[in-house]
Amino acid sequence: MTSNPETTSPRGPAVDTSTAPKPRGIGNGARSRRDAQPVAAGAAAKQTARLARGLVLPGMTFTILLTQIPFVVTIVFSFLRWNQLRPDEIRFTGWDNYAVVFTRPEFLSSLGATVIITGSAVLLSLVFGLFLAVLLDRKFRGRGLARTLAITPFLVMPAAAALVWKWLMLDSNVGMVNWSLGLLGIDPVQWNTNFPLVTIVAVLVWQYTPFMMLILMAGLQSQGGDVLEAAAVDGAGPARIFWSLTLPHLRPYAEIATLLGSIMLLQVFDPIAIMTKGTGGTKTLSYLLYERAFIGLDIGQAAAFGVIAVIVTIGVAMIALRSTFSIFVEGKVR
Amino acid sequence: MRIFRESLITTLTWLIVLLLFFPVAWMVITALKSENDAAAIPPRFDAALTLDQFRAVIDTGIGDYLTSSFIASVGSTLLVLALSIPVAYGLSIRPIVKIRDVLFFFISTRFLPAAASILPIFIILKTLGLLDNINVMLLLYTAMNLPIAVWMMRSFFNEVPEEIVEAARLDGANLRTELIRVVLPIVLPGVAAVALICFIFAWNEYFLANILTTVDARTVPPFLASFVSGRGQFLAILSAASTLAVLPVVLAGWLAQKQLVRGLAMGAVK
Amino acid sequence: MMLTRIWRHKAAPAGLAVGALALALTACSSSGDAGGGAGGDVKLTIATVNNPQMQDMEELKSHFEEDNPGITVEFVTMEEGDLRAAVTADVASGAGQYDIVTVGAYEVPQWGAQDWLLDLTESLEGDAAYDVDDILPPLRDALSVDGKQYAVPFYGESSILMYNKAMFAEAGIEISNNPTWQEVAEYAAVLDTDEHAGICLRGKPGWGDLFAPLTTVVQTFGGNWYDENWDAQVNSPEFVEGVEFYVDLLTEHGQADPVSYSFTECLNLLSSGKVAMWYDASVAASILEDPEASEVAGQMGYTHAPVYKTEESGWLWSWNLAIPKTTKNPEAATTFVKWATSKEYHQLVGEELGWTRVPPGARTSTYSIPEYQEAAAAFAPITLEVMESVNPEQPGVDPQPWVGIQYVPIPEFQDVGNQVAQLVADAIAGRTTVQDALDRGQDIAQTAGDLQK
Repeated sequence: MTSNPETTSPRGPAVDTSTAPKPRGIGNGARSRRDAQPVAAGAAAKQTARLARGLVLPGMTFTILLTQIPFVVTIVFSFLRWNQLRPDEIRFTGWDNYAVVFTRPEFLSSLGATVIITGSAVLLSLVFGLFLAVLLDRKFRGRGLARTLAITPFLVMPAAAALVWKWLMLDSNVGMVNWSLGLLGIDPVQWNTNFPLVTIVAVLVWQYTPFMMLILMAGLQSQGGDVLEAAAVDGAGPARIFWSLTLPHLRPYAEIATLLGSIMLLQVFDPIAIMTKGTGGTKTLSYLLYERAFIGLDIGQAAAFGVIAVIVTIGVAMIALRSTFSIFVEGKVR
Repeated sequence: MRIFRESLITTLTWLIVLLLFFPVAWMVITALKSENDAAAIPPRFDAALTLDQFRAVIDTGIGDYLTSSFIASVGSTLLVLALSIPVAYGLSIRPIVKIRDVLFFFISTRFLPAAASILPIFIILKTLGLLDNINVMLLLYTAMNLPIAVWMMRSFFNEVPEEIVEAARLDGANLRTELIRVVLPIVLPGVAAVALICFIFAWNEYFLANILTTVDARTVPPFLASFVSGRGQFLAILSAASTLAVLPVVLAGWLAQKQLVRGLAMGAVK
Repeated sequence: MMLTRIWRHKAAPAGLAVGALALALTACSSSGDAGGGAGGDVKLTIATVNNPQMQDMEELKSHFEEDNPGITVEFVTMEEGDLRAAVTADVASGAGQYDIVTVGAYEVPQWGAQDWLLDLTESLEGDAAYDVDDILPPLRDALSVDGKQYAVPFYGESSILMYNKAMFAEAGIEISNNPTWQEVAEYAAVLDTDEHAGICLRGKPGWGDLFAPLTTVVQTFGGNWYDENWDAQVNSPEFVEGVEFYVDLLTEHGQADPVSYSFTECLNLLSSGKVAMWYDASVAASILEDPEASEVAGQMGYTHAPVYKTEESGWLWSWNLAIPKTTKNPEAATTFVKWATSKEYHQLVGEELGWTRVPPGARTSTYSIPEYQEAAAAFAPITLEVMESVNPEQPGVDPQPWVGIQYVPIPEFQDVGNQVAQLVADAIAGRTTVQDALDRGQDIAQTAGDLQK
């Protein structure tokens, strides 16, 4: 929840393609003609712009009110010395809280954990999601049911998912995973003790594979059958078609899936709180902030950690978005 | 040979799907067992099934929590749609200056972890006397889901063929008619997809609800964690509570999955 | 209503047509709340932890409501971590959402000193029937600051060693009533078989999880968190020796996947007969002896907490009921708190739910109820015996500048305990050594200790 003061594109407003009359629809810009029409250049265009602004305003105002006010308060708190259990000692403390953020090792290691967990969970669920989408895009008996079952993990409440995994699946005593491994003659695995990171990523991948699959399946279905047939007639094998036609076609879908998945996984909290308590490299920024605020009881420090977390996330996100996603890549506003 | 390969792939598909679904299935099965059977290892597949655990959960008053969850998630979903459709349409009828920045602004509001802002929010709400208020949760969930909704919705609007809008405008349709009568029906599957996703996230939210609500506005997720009992032997009742807690979203997801795929296929992306 | 106005002032200029809809809804619901308090009927909201004894209290609340017409009691039950976060935020900010809160022995003296809790001394002492002197003296001391009592124990506990008699008999081991840790380690080695682990010990990172038993081990090994000058002692040879002993015992002869295990997990393992010994809270005994919940009921034996350099090593903990000063119903709240901790309540639990479910370790008189003595014969005497013999003023070898076993009542302790617990969990998993973990822990603890000087 933050403002974003420096997102004006680096190349300066003069080249800002978003204002130029350019193709704006998909492909060859189905909707670009409106802007291109000479008549629209005058009063009508201004009116549309005003209209557009009017439409954006309520949502914008709402978001600013609900997210920026708390954020400003967070910034203010970050300059206070304020332990919840020492309410008589609240006072302005300058940059002290920020000094703590930068001198203690927690922040960097937690940032690392966040990147590793978010990155690997997004990547793995994207790969599995693609695999699953391809499998479920085929025609076979009971495909509808199979799809229905496959999307279910994404629908399950994360708190419930974490509890089910902890108690019913991975428990070393009654868990089904070790029991099943036992049937295959594999020794029981001490999931939480020896592989906390794997445990968390596994649960997240389980939840997000269906989400990725849904978006990628949407992409597969939007691929024109005639193109594929033509390619097949030209003698291209299925592998070749997949690599040179399907994958490029799926790229924008994979992008949105990655974007949405990353945004949601960045905030992951429930499985860590319920399963690993932040050990073994699973202390993400979310969990670290929770600890500072509710176990450290230090409102000022938690706020400072939060502010820095936001700045870093926005920095990383901007670089990632600008370089990866076509929407943010220069010249491709649409 | 080809048929053999096809059926091999089908078998593989089913195997993967069932593996994915297994934890959910096991949760439901466990919910139908007695506590002793639920804790048995090796697992009892022939255990007598019972609805006792569900009765026990309902007796704990999960109904009130479900009601709160419904108000907050359905309400916020409607509000998200009401706010995000104009924003997204505004962004798509004419790329206002710095559209990229507007979009980035919306997305960036999701970067501050809730844990950092929750005490400020708590103190603001406390000052306003608005703690434990379900409508506040509704507004917070709206703010939480709005960025994603704007993002998805905007791409749907970009998909609407220009000719259709143009034709409507020549017929003298004003902006509202243009949006409601012409454009919205076309993107309806997309709207359904957005609504479902917002509903899911609002329904599942745990962290804010735990700190900001107590009795009147308490939702299901924080209630769920309290089923892990120090008395031991809670697997079955925990599973029953979890099953009830996830049921509304799972049903909604199952029923709307076609819309979800169609909506996302509308080029959520381009 | 006023609040609605405040909101509307902010919202209206912004032209939030949709927002106004939600605000209208807000207005409706808050008018409903306002009506509740005025009519003479009182609704008490109590925040509590999801422990069995509290669930029993909720089950029996209708008895209270019948006896006290006009008062209704609403329970908000939370998992322990959630409870701490929610209640601390509420009480520290004076939000006043709860009329009664369930707080640990760790918080009460701190919150009492902050003047956040209602001083209950007078209303307890002024009520002869309540018999406040019946409350176990060490608990009462722990809940009082400068002679003012800020909370009442709902149940109290120490830590004891629980062992499966059948497994011990099978292995031909006799255990004394005051075993040493070295003996326990020997037994664990013998009893660690393919069918069952030797001992169950908490390994879940958390000051109230792993470090509850571990602190008592450290203390009987001669270590402690701080010395008399509030200098941290976390990497002192004694502290290191205690933790190394615990970690070795746990990894060599303890349960599988130790970092997942805390009270509840061990309880499940014990009650299904998959482990021979367990060192943990004495309240566990009442559940292990419940045939409905446990396969080992009647087979369990109990001893004092194992020791090394001290005479006793059990901890002292209680979950207590307290009333935040912000409550609008101090009288009704006091009535409820006294009811839930009274002798009559203990009778009620015994008669309605069964005598083993009476909240233990709070009142001395509980231990002279004939039915309780009979039903809880296996664990009641030792619980009382241990609770009366531990010394919260100096549980370890050396004197300490605070009162309390198993915790240090300063605001920073839960943070220190938590972070060091996470480091020790890494040592349990073999990702680091105990010495390295505690060297890092020393710095964390020293920063907090400096604030006390």
